[in-house]
Amino acid sequence: MRMVLKGNGAVAHGVRLARAQVISAYPITPQTSIIEGLADMVSEGKLDAKFIKVESEHSALAGCISASSAGARVFTATSAQGLALMHELIHWAAGARLPIVLANVNRAMAPGWSIWTDQNDSLSQRDTGWMQVYCESSQEVVDSVIQAYKVSEKVLLPTMVILDAFFLSHTYEDVEVPEQSMVDGFLPPLDLPQKMDLERPAALGNLVFPDRYMEFRRKMDLAHDLALGVWEEVGREWGGLTGRSYGLVEEYRLEGAELVFVTAATAASTARVVIDAMREEGIPAGLLRLRVFRPFPAELLRGVLAGRKKVVVLDRNCSFGHHGIFHQEIKSALYGLPDAQRPPMYGFIAGLGGRDIRPDDIDGMLRGVWEGRITDPVSWWDVLEAKDPARAAVVMA
Amino acid sequence: MIEIRIHGRGGQGAVIASQILAEAAFREDMHVQAFPSFGSERRGAPVAAFVRLDDEPVRIRTEIYEPDGLIVLDQSLILQKLVDVTQGFKEGGWILINSSHPPEEFAGLGSYRVATVDAAHIAVEHHLGSITAPIVNTAILGAFSTFTGLVGLEHIAEAIHATVPVKPEANVAAARQAAQSVKVLDAQAAGR
Repeated sequence: MRMVLKGNGAVAHGVRLARAQVISAYPITPQTSIIEGLADMVSEGKLDAKFIKVESEHSALAGCISASSAGARVFTATSAQGLALMHELIHWAAGARLPIVLANVNRAMAPGWSIWTDQNDSLSQRDTGWMQVYCESSQEVVDSVIQAYKVSEKVLLPTMVILDAFFLSHTYEDVEVPEQSMVDGFLPPLDLPQKMDLERPAALGNLVFPDRYMEFRRKMDLAHDLALGVWEEVGREWGGLTGRSYGLVEEYRLEGAELVFVTAATAASTARVVIDAMREEGIPAGLLRLRVFRPFPAELLRGVLAGRKKVVVLDRNCSFGHHGIFHQEIKSALYGLPDAQRPPMYGFIAGLGGRDIRPDDIDGMLRGVWEGRITDPVSWWDVLEAKDPARAAVVMA
Repeated sequence: MIEIRIHGRGGQGAVIASQILAEAAFREDMHVQAFPSFGSERRGAPVAAFVRLDDEPVRIRTEIYEPDGLIVLDQSLILQKLVDVTQGFKEGGWILINSSHPPEEFAGLGSYRVATVDAAHIAVEHHLGSITAPIVNTAILGAFSTFTGLVGLEHIAEAIHATVPVKPEANVAAARQAAQSVKVLDAQAAGR
């Protein structure tokens, strides 16, 4: 059924259709309307779930971990400082191999306080063992929440479904909300192979000595490798049912593209407009949209980017002291290519703290690189630069 | 694609207006996008909301800088020059203002198609909000339907029922009344 939904509403409908059984959550802007929507669905009897109100994000995820350990399908949502407060248990959820789905609405980290979007909150959880999916539209949000349960439950890893604050979370648009019967066929009830069971008592989360710890970590890494194929397979199956296929990445007008723009989330949506206009002009530009960031589709990216003339990466994030994070990761993926096949890369850090990324910005980056006016490997875009950087670096004003 | 910017004050319903408009256009089989200006809202402070309508799916995801049309829920934003409502406004665009004044009063804004409707008066008649703080968003959308012809009045009414949680009938009645009473500037008569 087609409906007008905002991104946060799309998350709630995805969770409803996945028949989550336990929701344990704590409010934080700009996520709050996700769990408000779910609370309404539970109170109106549209979703048969236990809704646990807790006193912090740390407890929210603790509730999910407990319920998931008992074999329930669970959900939580958060943003920024809330995700950071969960951090200890973010590791726990992945290490315990629980198929939890969490929606993170990308919000810039404080200080300075910001409620607006950037990716440093979710990317600071990169090395925890969670899978991460970055969404471009509310349609992709509802579809990805449902897919995330299927993938998570196959590979026993938790998934973060990630959407931009406001540009997606609070933007209403028309969305095809799948039918419950179709989703039921796609996503059977959860039957975890190992769970708390009164008939088969067991201890969970025990001390693991050095002779075994590494084996558990190796299994997590293998599960990520396995998940690459599972995301593709599940994205194809979804396409067969709905006409909307998804992959690890999305290629847009890449046939014959010599200049490739790489980014994730809503900036990729806006970039399509720019790519179309440049193609119209005869500039051979294309877009590679990152969707699944963990597991990282390094081999796929290497194949798609090999032999291109120039690659431009837009990061709405920064690893301070180094590059944008997507830029770093893609660069490392291209390391194995022979010199002649390895394209030069140009990274842009833009849109932090919710600064708008307009078509003109993307056009400026792409044209600057294509025409050879921008040659720096990393640039901060649309930022007020100080006359004296050494002084500016240590003066808080 | 048609890009619309709605100006108002916090509490007047600009954001809900954008949502109703999107719901109504959706019922015309258009692809829609509606969103608020992404700030922290305060009652009475100037706010903006945005709507995009298109036959194709809307891909651009930025604020609207060069609108085709403007809806102004509070004439004081213009009269007291609190907000430059015509910033980036395309020449020949349309502007609909909640005002008791005739549209000729606003002819000085520029080469635009101007219409006014006394949405505040209509809202008060239908007991929407208070005399000092009427909620004008539904009334002005009735006027929008007549003025622009982009969305039918019946779809505005359906969208109000789908979106407005309280007094949907009174809100629909206000929209219908405003649809009848909108005054459009006759550009030729005004010598433009």
